[in-house]
Amino acid sequence: MRTPLELADAHPGPAFTVTLDGREIEALPGQTVAAALWAVGVTSWRSTRGEGRPRGVFCGIGVCFDCLVTVNDRPNQRACLVPLHPGDAIRTQEGTGHDG
Amino acid sequence: MADLAVIGAGPAGLAAALAAAAQGVTVAVVDSATEAGGQFYRQPASGLRARRPQALHHQWRTWERLRDALPGSGVRILTDHHVWSVERDSDGFTVHALLGPEQHEPVAVHADAVLLATGGYERVLPFPGWTLPGVVTAGGAQAMLKAGLVVPGRKAVVAGTGPLLLPVATGLAAAGVEIAALVEAADPKDLVRHGRALAGKLPEGAGYAARLLRHRVRLLSRHTVVRAHGDERLTGVTVAALDTDGRVRPGTERYVPCDTLAVGHGMLPHTDLAETLGCRLDGMTVAVDDEQRTDVPGVWAAGESTGIGGAGLALAEGHIAGRSIAARLNGTEPDPVQWAAAAKSRTKLRKSAAALDAAYPPPAHWSEQVTDDTVVCRCEEVTAGAVRDAVDELGAGDVRTVKLLTRAGMGWCQGRMCGPAVAGLAGCELTPSRRPFARPVPLGVLARQHHIATEEGTS
Ligand SMILES: Cc1cc2nc3c(=O)[nH]c(=O)nc-3n(C[C@H](O)[C@H](O)[C@H](O)COP(=O)(O)OP(=O)(O)OC[C@H]3O[C@@H](n4cnc5c(N)ncnc54)[C@H](O)[C@@H]3O)c2cc1C
Ligand code: FES
Repeated sequence: MRTPLELADAHPGPAFTVTLDGREIEALPGQTVAAALWAVGVTSWRSTRGEGRPRGVFCGIGVCFDCLVTVNDRPNQRACLVPLHPGDAIRTQEGTGHDG
Repeated sequence: MADLAVIGAGPAGLAAALAAAAQGVTVAVVDSATEAGGQFYRQPASGLRARRPQALHHQWRTWERLRDALPGSGVRILTDHHVWSVERDSDGFTVHALLGPEQHEPVAVHADAVLLATGGYERVLPFPGWTLPGVVTAGGAQAMLKAGLVVPGRKAVVAGTGPLLLPVATGLAAAGVEIAALVEAADPKDLVRHGRALAGKLPEGAGYAARLLRHRVRLLSRHTVVRAHGDERLTGVTVAALDTDGRVRPGTERYVPCDTLAVGHGMLPHTDLAETLGCRLDGMTVAVDDEQRTDVPGVWAAGESTGIGGAGLALAEGHIAGRSIAARLNGTEPDPVQWAAAAKSRTKLRKSAAALDAAYPPPAHWSEQVTDDTVVCRCEEVTAGAVRDAVDELGAGDVRTVKLLTRAGMGWCQGRMCGPAVAGLAGCELTPSRRPFARPVPLGVLARQHHIATEEGTS
């Protein structure tokens, strides 16, 4: 089966390690938090303030704010916009992201 | 400082920037994305080093022409600039932006003229289960694929209505996703009825038909998704046939297992910046004249912010705007003969856009499928039941009153996602929502802004 990387004949630089709630995952240079998480099969990383329901990407272009995530202790980052750097610590976010 | 600040580096903004720069105008193009291109020509992140990005694109040669013309044109492209407001001042305009992706550091760009080329975003009408992870907008799946070279799952249903669904389905299929079904609410007969006006669009449609066939995509027209299933994430959808009135035909429901639903019901223009500048709107779009001028002197608009019509129309409008701006900034009356070809294609493409719009209405009775416990406002988790109560029991007659009573539309997205649904459920027309800023702005930035304004005022 063809992957998107093969389709676009992509030759990214070496993958680097970031963490998702402490677990190490690989990311490619240029990928956003959301892209790296999709690439390892993770589609939700936030639970809502009211009902605690899981959410991930919805609009993919920074408009809906469903994909909010904590990166390096800064809550409420839009995962679909924020590019990853080696060593970044991604944390799933509960509620407002401010209550620890 | 620039003569012209263009907001949006999509086809409209780039065409305008190049046309104006060719006449000697100093141009700065501001865009929130990390690369120029806009939605249609969204580029893979440079770190991914894609050697064949065109495999994800259509009309790539047009993009190459734009891209290759930029370096020698003198046009400055400022990416990662999230514009939250454009202010008119005594000597022109100030474009206020936050540097991305963190969006804490403010920057300002001054210019004598402004072109709003901000494009649009997708409209998605709710249905039970639409907030489950695995349900994404059709354009969002496309954007993540084009920019990040990733897909959300292995087996997808692409659903809703509109011309965007075809490229999304074929794009995902080419990238290795199994497409369980392409579920289109419109009736292909309606497209044929509008055939004349769509003449320019149909060959493309035929091309897609061949590609759908090649990827063995099952096309279910006059069908809709009535429910998305799953607990923590999507596991499947129920699709059903629609009758000629756009109502679900009882007994036609069937279950389709999938881990991804890419769904969209057409597009809406970004109008916030135009609204705060005081530009007249025409319904949900920025009103412009033949030169693409808004009614505020010094402010032009082009592309999908002035009406949804695709990349070709955006290019034509952008070119015209760029020519008009160059002439007006030089203090001369523009000569429309200079842009006759673009004007001709604008006329033709606006006609086909209107026909497409008529041929792809959202299912007329979509709200009948929305159960009371369905979350409508995704940010504030307001249910359809709460919206209905606000209307039926508390007498709310417009979106603003519903918002005050329920908090629907008061969250992070400022009502962009739920606006059409709330209006539909309340039985009133969708109107522009007068957001004070196009982006949420950190309080510190606002305070500093106020401080500067006050100091200037007293000096
Ligand atoms: C998610 C998505 C995916 C799409 N995919 C396709 C597709 O695959 N095929 C297709 O035919 N059509 C697609 N479309 C339709 C597409 O919008 C048009 O074809 C075309 O791109 C419109 O051109 P434009 O120049 O008017 O606007 P756009 O191409 O949308 O460009 C507007 C630009 O303005 C920027 N912008 C907007 N607001 C701000 C702000 N406040 N601050 C800074 N920058 C801002 C955006 O980042 C964007 O780059 C898609 C639309 C969306 C929303
Ligand atoms: S997915 Fe909508 S803002 Fe990120």
